[in-house]
Amino acid sequence: MRTQNKITSLALAFLFLAAALGCAPQEAAAGPVTIHILTMDQAGLKPAEIDQIARDFESQNPDIKVVMEYLGYDFIHDKITTGMAAKPPAYDAAIIDVIWPDEFIKAGYLLDVTDRVTAEMREGIFPASWNGVTRNGKIYGMPWLMDVKYFMYNKDMLQQAGFSEPPKTWEELVEQAKAIKEQGIAEYPVTWSWNQKEGVVCDYAVLLFGNGGKFVDENGKPAFNDEKGVEVLTWMKQTVDDGLTNPSAVSSDEMAVEADFLAGKSVFAVNWLFQYSDSNDPSKSQIVGQVAFAPMPVFKAGADAGIKGSSVDGSSSFAVMATTPYPDQTWKFLTYLSSNDVQMKYSAEMLPIWTADFEGANLEKLKAANPTNPVTVPAFLEQFPYANERPTVPYYNEASAALQLAIQEALTGVKTPQQALDDAAAKWVELAGK
Amino acid sequence: MGSLLLASPPHLLSMTVTSESPLQRKLSLREKDARVAWLLVAPSLLVILGVTLWPILYTFILSFFVAPTGINQARTFVGFGNYLEMLADPAFWETIQRTVYFTVASVSLELILGLAVAQLIHSRPWGWKFLRFSLIIPWAVPTIVNGAMWRWIYSADFGALNAILFQLGLIKHYVPWLALSSSAMNLVILADIWHTMPFVALILQAALANLPEELNEAAAVDGANAFQRFWHIRLPLLRPAILVALIVRTVEAFRVFDIVYIITSGGPASKTMTISYLTYLYSFSYGKQGTGAALSFLISIFTIAMAILYIRFLYRPEETQS
Amino acid sequence: MNYRRFLRKLVLFVLTIPVLLFIFFPVLWLFSASLSTQVELFTVPPRWVPEHPTFQNYLDIIFPGQAASSVPRTFGVALLNSIKIASSVTIICIVLGSLAAYALVRIPFKFNLPIQMGILGTRMIPEVSLIIPLFVMASRLDLINKPIVLVITYMSFALPFAIWMMAAFFQTIPIELEDAARLDGCTRLGILFRVVMPISLPGIISTTMFVFLVAWDEFFYALIFTSTLAAKTAPVAIAEFIGRFAVNINGMMAGGILAAVPPVVLALIFQRYIVSGLAAGAVKG
Repeated sequence: MRTQNKITSLALAFLFLAAALGCAPQEAAAGPVTIHILTMDQAGLKPAEIDQIARDFESQNPDIKVVMEYLGYDFIHDKITTGMAAKPPAYDAAIIDVIWPDEFIKAGYLLDVTDRVTAEMREGIFPASWNGVTRNGKIYGMPWLMDVKYFMYNKDMLQQAGFSEPPKTWEELVEQAKAIKEQGIAEYPVTWSWNQKEGVVCDYAVLLFGNGGKFVDENGKPAFNDEKGVEVLTWMKQTVDDGLTNPSAVSSDEMAVEADFLAGKSVFAVNWLFQYSDSNDPSKSQIVGQVAFAPMPVFKAGADAGIKGSSVDGSSSFAVMATTPYPDQTWKFLTYLSSNDVQMKYSAEMLPIWTADFEGANLEKLKAANPTNPVTVPAFLEQFPYANERPTVPYYNEASAALQLAIQEALTGVKTPQQALDDAAAKWVELAGK
Repeated sequence: MGSLLLASPPHLLSMTVTSESPLQRKLSLREKDARVAWLLVAPSLLVILGVTLWPILYTFILSFFVAPTGINQARTFVGFGNYLEMLADPAFWETIQRTVYFTVASVSLELILGLAVAQLIHSRPWGWKFLRFSLIIPWAVPTIVNGAMWRWIYSADFGALNAILFQLGLIKHYVPWLALSSSAMNLVILADIWHTMPFVALILQAALANLPEELNEAAAVDGANAFQRFWHIRLPLLRPAILVALIVRTVEAFRVFDIVYIITSGGPASKTMTISYLTYLYSFSYGKQGTGAALSFLISIFTIAMAILYIRFLYRPEETQS
Repeated sequence: MNYRRFLRKLVLFVLTIPVLLFIFFPVLWLFSASLSTQVELFTVPPRWVPEHPTFQNYLDIIFPGQAASSVPRTFGVALLNSIKIASSVTIICIVLGSLAAYALVRIPFKFNLPIQMGILGTRMIPEVSLIIPLFVMASRLDLINKPIVLVITYMSFALPFAIWMMAAFFQTIPIELEDAARLDGCTRLGILFRVVMPISLPGIISTTMFVFLVAWDEFFYALIFTSTLAAKTAPVAIAEFIGRFAVNINGMMAGGILAAVPPVVLALIFQRYIVSGLAAGAVKG
């Protein structure tokens, strides 16, 4: 037994040393280059489809091998951060949410691709898409998936309440909601995703811009705690107090909004595009065929100030990582991925980023691509131009967290809306100073 | 754990030193013992230190810098700046308070329930085998699934909790539990207890199984009732096992992260934000690795302090020898 | 069986009922959710038994290729990875840990106390902060996306736990037994293997279950260190049911049940080996 012990310990020591020393990093092989791309599960196309695109690319470019990795959205940011700590980086390209470029550019993660973007791309792709990846005139990625928040409502229930038209202003929505509630059609006619995550800032953005407000003023100082911003937050709380907004909104995410809406518990639901196709899926929805789009309402004050529409940009793009050893090959793949041909091919799953696809004969083809497109394409064309951006500051995550907390504190009555927003604004000033 | 802090009594050695005890014999016995000890401990040490030594040192040094995440980011030495910044931040103390509440509530309830269940199993009721087997199930369900499941059970509109309470007539109206500051934390605690109580129960049950029964029987013969026997005989003998369970669970509970992330994401209004979550936010979300590192060490100070407190109050060397 | 004993047995049995309810109510709910579709979850009042139960969620996972989404398809592989990794970690930890625990508890050698403190200390730092340097280390050694990286990192935190727990169990062995063996001429190692280990078997089994579950359940390291099929573990695969905005709850619950099966099977196997009362017998004899 004693010898057994000695052997075990020696073996293990050896094993560890072997692991430590034996596996030296390989040198890049002379043959085909392998690039690693990190993307989201459920970001427009299914993994199987993206894999297919990768294979098609490989057959046209035999010297490049593409390895895709799929991950849930919540974890992409952290994977990028850790991945970039390694040399060479774990990923050559990654999908970027619209709120990350500033942080990543400051951290030196993103490659400046301004010179690689052709005029054709610049002009052919929706200008609003470039917003997500352009900073100070420099471009840092390739647009991929456009998304905004839409205003959806249950037309059957609305009609039942006696309204033939959806509301154009939030004030009108409150009137309609009150009537719906009184008639007992829905206990909480509206539902939102106001839990302590990024989603609440998205909703707040939709409302804030619709009131003529903004996050920061021309000097970059916080402006969301002015009267317009406070009005919005007060309005939000009021709808909960009046029983028009589901009180669980404070702990709800976008999924919960969909759950309520598709179970017929709410009549109005602000959400991303996915909610529409889910609404027509009988394995998820009890209100198949009852959902319609309407332009996102604005506040009366906003309409008076000339605001015609309001929403928030939730798009994603692909960026080349700055320290990749293969920038050319990676860029080649990204442009292929977002190329017109590929985008049109999969237009049933995901709206293309090329404006030409929305014109003339192409538009008809696009609408016919799948059963929901006849509805979603016009809705997209209507709403996307009003996609507002959230603040483009490198400390956005921490700033957003402060704002999330402020909104939550106001909604739960811990602070008054003015106080909460003032505290958050102070935090933003502090962060800007560092 | 406390039993660890005093190495075995020299008792064993003195026993072997009989009448003819030349100093050399004592020494070489000790030496031989020590060599065996090193042989036994070395592989574990190698693994643990090999993996964690550099990361811990790295993190420790990092805590004295302002270290934004990124490539070739300048790191500014700030001495204790990060620590002081955190200690001066009221949000930090609120978070500690919440985490302490979570830890105390969670661990004490787990301990009480775990002890009760362990004793129950030990008393061999009908179906005790099934009971002990069932204990594994909550523990075996992965933490993420546990979180997602309870989140759904607590759902305001579709959850089982509301449904049951409503049907039992205990509430007139569905309650948005997770949106209320008053209930959110307690419900997270409940979810955690469900998941980890089995661990405590099983450890204590194994310890109970190890206890010599004669003391108990002798006391019964002397006329002590069940409760007295439990309190004065069994419980003290269980001290080492309880201490282990307490320390392990306290350290884990203080660092809880997964379950909070899934059920409430720290809300509402940060009322369920725990210190590990905050550390995660600083290190990853806000890109402030220096602050994150400082927070980690502050957490360690708290957990070490708790471990020491436990040992102070609960370690009784006499009782480990029968 | 006389009347008093019967009554006692009855009372004890009645006491087990609330415990069983507490344990099973959520599990049954979990199971029910795994058998339904999303639309059934979103009904008020919730249905305890799904109206149209379906095994589709399980089928998607067990028979990949049919699933619409890729997540269920790769779940089986992830489950296998988890089994491999958790088993390796457990075996190594029990072997190494029991040796170290015994030495630390029973042998008064020079660095005993500092070593104990050191091992305790490494556990106090939250994983979250160690992960970036660990990642850098691992990628330099080209270990990313290889199961061995998880085995090694898990050992670093499972081993201290294993050592503590087994130390506590060893501590409850009456020292007279060891003395008796010493007098019989046993060497230190002999005492360990022939006296201490067999008696503390229930404790060792508990520690085994614990270490296995710690390794089985671990999420964050697995997430950061592995994402390809080669090494992805079950919790990471389950996390993939959490989409950008929609959570496939039914799939996740089915995955959760499947992921709970190996530890439960392990517990079943070990049930036979936990012999209680062995200690009592040994002391008497």
